[in-house]
Amino acid sequence: MKVVLRNPRREVDVAGPRRVKDMLKELQIIPETVLIIRGDELLTGDVVLDDTDTVELRPVMSGGGVGPVHLP
Amino acid sequence: MLELRRHNAAFCTPDFLTFFRRQVAAAVRKHRMFTRDERVLVAVSGGKDSLALWDVLIEESYQTSGLYLDLGIHDYSVESKAKCEAFAAARGVPLIVSSVAEAVGAPVPVIQKVTRRPACSGCGLSKRYLMNKAALDHGFPVVATGHNLDDEAATLLGSVMQWQTDALSRQSPALPSTHRRLARRVKPLYRLSERETAAYAFLRKIDYIVEECPFARGATSIAHKEILSRMEAASPGAKHNFLFGFLEKARAAFERSETVHLNECERCGQVTTGTICAFCRLADEVKRSS
Repeated sequence: MKVVLRNPRREVDVAGPRRVKDMLKELQIIPETVLIIRGDELLTGDVVLDDTDTVELRPVMSGGGVGPVHLP
Repeated sequence: MLELRRHNAAFCTPDFLTFFRRQVAAAVRKHRMFTRDERVLVAVSGGKDSLALWDVLIEESYQTSGLYLDLGIHDYSVESKAKCEAFAAARGVPLIVSSVAEAVGAPVPVIQKVTRRPACSGCGLSKRYLMNKAALDHGFPVVATGHNLDDEAATLLGSVMQWQTDALSRQSPALPSTHRRLARRVKPLYRLSERETAAYAFLRKIDYIVEECPFARGATSIAHKEILSRMEAASPGAKHNFLFGFLEKARAAFERSETVHLNECERCGQVTTGTICAFCRLADEVKRSS
């Protein structure tokens, strides 16, 4: 699957099928710091993504040009 | 669907939008922020929080106008201004635009160079001044800003880390007018996290600027937000408990025993604790350097 990250905008490939929560864990991103967007819907952690999916991880933090917060 | 761990719940879209509006209504009611008979000036940046706030207030039939402060920060300001103008035009609501460069004599990037202080310093000073000035000039008794729970928790952490007791006494979802030339300032989103405001903006199809101000990169407030986000991940509800615990149990202890004497600036007439306000002094500094 294609995962679009922001601030700065870039794309990474993650092998599917994989649950959203596992994809976030692989990218070491704290789930509460992003919206997981596929088309015009928001996804929850248990949704299974396959190789044809494109999802955007949109950071929600305002006040600074930063991306998602990563696990320590 | 949206999962909110701090509520241990997942919401469908209609239920989430109802939840969001109810949280705003609860904030407005609890702190008597404004009534439907009053005109509310909503400070908008083009970001998710302020546009989500304006959207809710419009939907709830409040009398609102937007205020966009053009900071003159290169492409960021051009894009954010366009987002605000498009939002206002689509909803048929008025938008007031005020330019920092016109008021101070230079845009934020030049102010930073002249003062040799962080950009956020001159920017914050200019924003507070121009928000109040616009409210006075256009007859608004109250200014609403899009500060959310995360913003307030990060500010609180910063104040506690330095034990800034003056700042702790002023941290509140609603600051009353303490002078005839000071508009009330309110934060109707203080009960909602920034993930919740981002989800609201997305689900309402609000076209907001996702990129953030280039000058904010590396700001201390961002470091505080990251720390709080890690605490929240380990213990959902931590941010809420931190902020609401302060507001309900601790804030009163920091309220000043003596009142601060406020004067009107000899130059511009806006409120200051001295004789010439900080904004006029900043404008002087910019003028001297040009």
